[in-house]
Amino acid sequence: MLLVPCPWCGPREEIEFRYGGQAGIAYPSDPDALSDEAWADFLFMRDNPKGAFAERWYHVAGCRRWFEADRDTATHAFLPADHRDGPRR
Amino acid sequence: MTSGRLSHGGAWIDRSKPVGFAFDGTELEGFEGDTLASALLANGVVGGFRSPILGRPRGIYSSGVEEPNAYVEITQPWFDPIVAATTVSLIDGLVARSRAGVGRLPSDPGSVTTPGVAHRFVHVEVLVIGGGDSGRAAARAASVDGGRVLLVDEHPVLDDPPTVDDIAVLSGATALGVYDDGYAVVLERSRGASGTWTVTVMDERHEFPLPHFEDVVWHIRAGRVVLATGAIERPIAFAGNDLPGVMLAGAAQTYVERYGVRPGERAAVFATNNLGLGVADVLLEAGVDMVRTFDARSSELVIEALGGERLERILVRTTDGGEEEFDVDLLAVSGGWNPNLGLWRSIGGGVRYDDERATFVPDGGPPWLSVEGSAAGDLPASTPLWSVEHGDDAAKFVDLQRDQTVADIAEALGGGLRSVEHVKRATYIGTAVDQGRTSGVLAAEIVSHLLGEAAGAQGPSNARPPYAPASYLALAGPTRGDLLDPIRTTPMQPWHVGRGAAFENVGQWKRPWFFPREAEPTERAVERECLAVRNAVGAMDASTLGKIEVVGADAPAFLDRMYTNRMSNLPVGSIRYGLMLGLDGMVLDDGVAMRLAEDRYLVTTTTGGAATVLDRFEEWLQTEWPDLRVYCTSVTEQWAVVAINGPRARDVVAEAGTDVDVSREAFPFMTFRDGHVAGVPARLARVSFSGELAYELHVPAWHGLEVWEAVMAVGEPFGIEPYGTEAMHVLRAEKGYVIVGQDTDGSVTPHDLGMDWIVNLSKGDFVGRRSLRRADVVRPDRKQLVGLAPADGRTLLPEGAQLVLEDTGRIPMPLAGHVTSSYRSPALGRTFALAMLAGGHGMHGGNVYAPLSEATVPCTVTSSVAYDPEGERRDG
Repeated sequence: MLLVPCPWCGPREEIEFRYGGQAGIAYPSDPDALSDEAWADFLFMRDNPKGAFAERWYHVAGCRRWFEADRDTATHAFLPADHRDGPRR
Repeated sequence: MTSGRLSHGGAWIDRSKPVGFAFDGTELEGFEGDTLASALLANGVVGGFRSPILGRPRGIYSSGVEEPNAYVEITQPWFDPIVAATTVSLIDGLVARSRAGVGRLPSDPGSVTTPGVAHRFVHVEVLVIGGGDSGRAAARAASVDGGRVLLVDEHPVLDDPPTVDDIAVLSGATALGVYDDGYAVVLERSRGASGTWTVTVMDERHEFPLPHFEDVVWHIRAGRVVLATGAIERPIAFAGNDLPGVMLAGAAQTYVERYGVRPGERAAVFATNNLGLGVADVLLEAGVDMVRTFDARSSELVIEALGGERLERILVRTTDGGEEEFDVDLLAVSGGWNPNLGLWRSIGGGVRYDDERATFVPDGGPPWLSVEGSAAGDLPASTPLWSVEHGDDAAKFVDLQRDQTVADIAEALGGGLRSVEHVKRATYIGTAVDQGRTSGVLAAEIVSHLLGEAAGAQGPSNARPPYAPASYLALAGPTRGDLLDPIRTTPMQPWHVGRGAAFENVGQWKRPWFFPREAEPTERAVERECLAVRNAVGAMDASTLGKIEVVGADAPAFLDRMYTNRMSNLPVGSIRYGLMLGLDGMVLDDGVAMRLAEDRYLVTTTTGGAATVLDRFEEWLQTEWPDLRVYCTSVTEQWAVVAINGPRARDVVAEAGTDVDVSREAFPFMTFRDGHVAGVPARLARVSFSGELAYELHVPAWHGLEVWEAVMAVGEPFGIEPYGTEAMHVLRAEKGYVIVGQDTDGSVTPHDLGMDWIVNLSKGDFVGRRSLRRADVVRPDRKQLVGLAPADGRTLLPEGAQLVLEDTGRIPMPLAGHVTSSYRSPALGRTFALAMLAGGHGMHGGNVYAPLSEATVPCTVTSSVAYDPEGERRDG
């Protein structure tokens, strides 16, 4: 069971969280402008890398906040918060 | 007598405390500190076990969790269907019998006593698993650094246990698994303890007695985990190596030194390493007649063990190539030592082959995990000897518990298998209760050898938790029965129970299903409740509806994006039905929104969907629209709801006493009023899930029971009946109102339900909108909601029944749809159903067939609204 680093509550047991899939998939600003293919790509297609992966987590049985975290999908280990540059949402 | 108790020695037993027990019907005696296995050996019992597949005689083979042979069923003081005798602590009154590999559950589970189980949760800086020399040293070293240190060992007694305060010790405790980020689960088999729970509040200690329990499952989160799990001795595959009396050399030593037990009278030692050879001295000192020591590094090998029910002789190939027999009743075997890496490998620790020790040692693992001592490979050098070239390969046992031999491995390879993992699955080597602790490395090396590969070319097959068998009873712990899952009840529950309601589970809620009178059958009760609502009045406890307050300046805009219809133009005081879609355009939930104020809505959800909807609101607000000023609060349990449905509903509400004008003109359908009912503050809402005139009374939860009781009392002259979820389902289905999750299954759009009227495509974007014009979603042959009328008016179609367009009787037949809801309608006087039917919207008046096992039922396709299609009844 993972120890998930909630940015608000600190490290907590995985059972308190819900996994939210790949991070950084923004809702399109104008869905109507998208072709069926582009909409399906947004709706269904996600990366599945071996290694570092930006993920969304929801502390559903805790502070109920969504946050992003980077994790290595091969070792399961969360990567340090300063692992990547650029803004975090 | 071949084995027996020594007159002295035994570091772990207390000779002043005799313990009585029974084995296979014989009363025996041991000492406190004995395992069942050591006590059996002390009583001269070496064999008496049988192998599970071949039924061969087997004996005690080891002294620990690696035991492949000596399995027992325990019936007193607790029931355990199968456990290794080497891991059972002897307790007074223990009753056990031998079991050949397969445990049996009692036919009547209530007839046996099972151990009480508690679960405990602890956090430590360092967890050390294994209380041998290396483990104790690691614990002491860790305690110097400060912080909490926990030392866990599977034996009840530790040599030289740590005495410093900052090392906590759990003995008799087996680590079942080590998981990500230092999480470990440990099963402590206690010796019949009661406990107390100590809580300190404001510096004052409170102690509460805990229920009696025997076993404790510890959930440990550690900053760092040290595995000092030792090493497990490896057998050598020679003919007859499974006879009772053939024993791992280290086990023989353990029985002498720790339990004061002599495992045999006339012994030989056969070893590939100095540690194994040294056991000869231990046996000699214990008064065992040491016949010979055979060092595999010389050319003098034991090539066969001979005997009937147990070991009688060994056949030896001498240095000159001749053969010689020796009479022995104990052969202590050591084929080298394998680091005990079950836990290490199950969490992803790697291994590499070590030539000098002829085994696999740890190599690379998670940063919070380390290995110490013999588990880390601190072991004597050993010559590689896997199997002995002599005699019948089918008598050279590799996995004793699976009865698998060198011949079985050869057969698997002969079939073309090349990987240890495949051989494992073909032979089942390593898959028995002992998890191949003695057979894993041996099997891997025999595979490599037979394939002509270098030693260590293939690693041993992987290990998975649990490290040792644990009962579901232990893992479940107190989370059973009423504690399995939270049980939610409404404030009216005492009344429902008093009235003899039958309940159904809806999510975690207990909801009245129907209210039978005396011995009334279900069908009759539901019919009576339905007719009361259609002809007079009925009351339903609707408190379980999910209720969310959505508050804030942007609440109207937010709800416009979440629902398919417009909520922003809903007047204060009004109510609107709403449908919520997933991003894929499929129906997710439904409910109503009441506009309490310009910036405040109360939205209801399905009973089962409340948490999903609230989580979804939060997800969108936090991750996509953080600019919206909206706050969502669950108020499901703050409000109790009495739903009064039926032509006399208005009379009942008026009679209950209210300051709200409930007249048809003043209080129209789909509006609500704040006021009082039965003397308590209440919100009255004109919503109906039955099609009849209906009022919902929303009152603060603590008034729920009294308002319910008041409604039932004043309603009596009007013929009021309480009704449950079954009647509610019938009533709503007659009206064609869908239940999300019953008539829908996550693949149904509003159009499929015939609910285009609720989808507002002109108001701007909402969740799921774009998906409504995906190619697959606009297919004309999608399954669509229809009503079904079985032709005979009597057949109750099973929900889930498939539908076909032609009654050909030929299998296979193309399936056109399925039944989602099916009931007897007292109001219609016939059975009816709702169904999802391909292209169903255009098939009204046509026929379909439900091929059931007993008969094929012809049905007429109808509108989904079977009762009062004009909606004339809702205003009374």
